[in-house]
Amino acid sequence: MKLTLRVWRQKNADAEGAMSTYEVDGISSDMSFLEMLDTLNEELILKGEDPVAFDHDCREGICGACSLVINGDAHGPERTTTCQLHMRSFKDGDTIDIEPWRASAFPVIKDLVVDRSAFDRIIQAGGYITAPTGTAPEAHATPVPKPDADYAFEHAECIGCGACVAACPNGAAMLFTSAKINHLNVLPQGAPERESRVLDMVAQMDDEGFGGCTLTGECATACPKGIPLMSITNMNREWLRATRKAGKR
Amino acid sequence: MTRTIWDSSVGKKTVMAVSGLIMLLYLVVHMLGNLKIFFGSGEFNHYAHWLRTIGEPFMHYEWTLWVIRVVLLVAVIAHATSAYQLSRRDIKARPSKYVHKRPRASYATRTMRWGGIILGLFIVWHILDLTTGTVHPGFESGRPYQNVVDTFSTWYGNVIYIVAMLALGLHIRHGFWSAAQTLGVGSRTRDRALKTIANVLALVLTVGFISVPVAVMTGVVS
Ligand code: HEM
Ligand code: SF4
Ligand code: FES
Repeated sequence: MKLTLRVWRQKNADAEGAMSTYEVDGISSDMSFLEMLDTLNEELILKGEDPVAFDHDCREGICGACSLVINGDAHGPERTTTCQLHMRSFKDGDTIDIEPWRASAFPVIKDLVVDRSAFDRIIQAGGYITAPTGTAPEAHATPVPKPDADYAFEHAECIGCGACVAACPNGAAMLFTSAKINHLNVLPQGAPERESRVLDMVAQMDDEGFGGCTLTGECATACPKGIPLMSITNMNREWLRATRKAGKR
Repeated sequence: MTRTIWDSSVGKKTVMAVSGLIMLLYLVVHMLGNLKIFFGSGEFNHYAHWLRTIGEPFMHYEWTLWVIRVVLLVAVIAHATSAYQLSRRDIKARPSKYVHKRPRASYATRTMRWGGIILGLFIVWHILDLTTGTVHPGFESGRPYQNVVDTFSTWYGNVIYIVAMLALGLHIRHGFWSAAQTLGVGSRTRDRALKTIANVLALVLTVGFISVPVAVMTGVVS
């Protein structure tokens, strides 16, 4: 296939960015979207130009490193990560717009790469359990009811990619934060920090400058891992519960 | 605890949900009361007089009404302030738009903001028109039936009122369901029911409120 790409180019965090147009040829429909960008970058390097910077790591949809807003959709037209998006989702002759995640809490570092360390700080605020480390514990020592295990797993699937923030018209990180909170708060292992976790993570989310939820549902539509919108409702319930308990103390 | 709530985006949204639900409860009662206009001026004016005597002899004349007014005023201020502050925060969090535009589901958010502003302006006009009579030439205190007929005999009275009630319907449609999520009472199993209740509430309130100007315009009430 032959494609026209309009790509956001920005030298560094302080530079003004703009869309630049490139033509790529010889794209196979079996290539992933990132392999298509690799092809473009090889050509740019041969021509002595600066290759397009973009984030990627595992390229198998599990690490959350890849990003890109493709034709206005976070991770492109399929419900998957950009690395798992294939060129068969596009047609010969298509023009494709490629932009970075947009949110003030995710500043652009270069081209399509944004700084997502705000997510790390939300995790540091409470996205862990305090447990003695050492040898793996006996699997049956702490029984977990099956529905709770399933619920925890559904939320544990979040890979922290930030597509929810990129898709949200308010730049809110509620879906990510709720996935992390619900994952641990439902489990017995997460119970000791159940209240401090939700209060601290939500406070950190606010401090990072993310917006708030207006329940438009764009996040859950964009999420490659299918974290449901109802996750936010459950986080709100946990937050109200923790606030009530903190008030009694 | 008050500080934690007001300082948090989730807490502020809770304030918005609770104050919205208080206003919603009031509006349901208000709409039902308005329908008394269909039973003639005697019954309607008598009802308006009764509003001032609720709770007597324990309460003094108009005391209960003033309690309701204060609660509503606090609710309106809390709702509008949190809506304004949260909207500012949301806009700041997403300063640059995408170059590639596509129709987005931010439709509900935008109609909530514009609709909210319309409702805020309407509340002010409505009080100046039918409570104090400040913007109402020929207003007669104590004769609400005549004042209502008078308002809906002007084209602008009808337009302002009907536009505001349509905005109200849209606001409640998204707002009622949103409030359930904010307060953490929504769930997968309840979602259909909550959306249905939101739609029914929105429809009943809008139709109920609009029936009055329509009745005046068509001469059913005069
Ligand atoms: C002063 C005029 C008003 C303004 C400026 C206003 C503005 C807003 C805004 C911006 C939202 C948030 C929408 C979103 O999250 O997408 C909202 C939510 C809401 N509004 Fe209003 N509104 C007003 C009047 C009313 C009235 C009269 C009612 C009574 C029925 C009401 C009921 C609600 C409810 C129940 C919510 C949902 C709260 C939540 O999202 O949790 N509002 N309002
Ligand atoms: S909730 Fe979904 S979209 Fe958001 S960070 Fe997690 S996996 Fe990515
Ligand atoms: S590169 Fe790891 S999820 Fe896409």
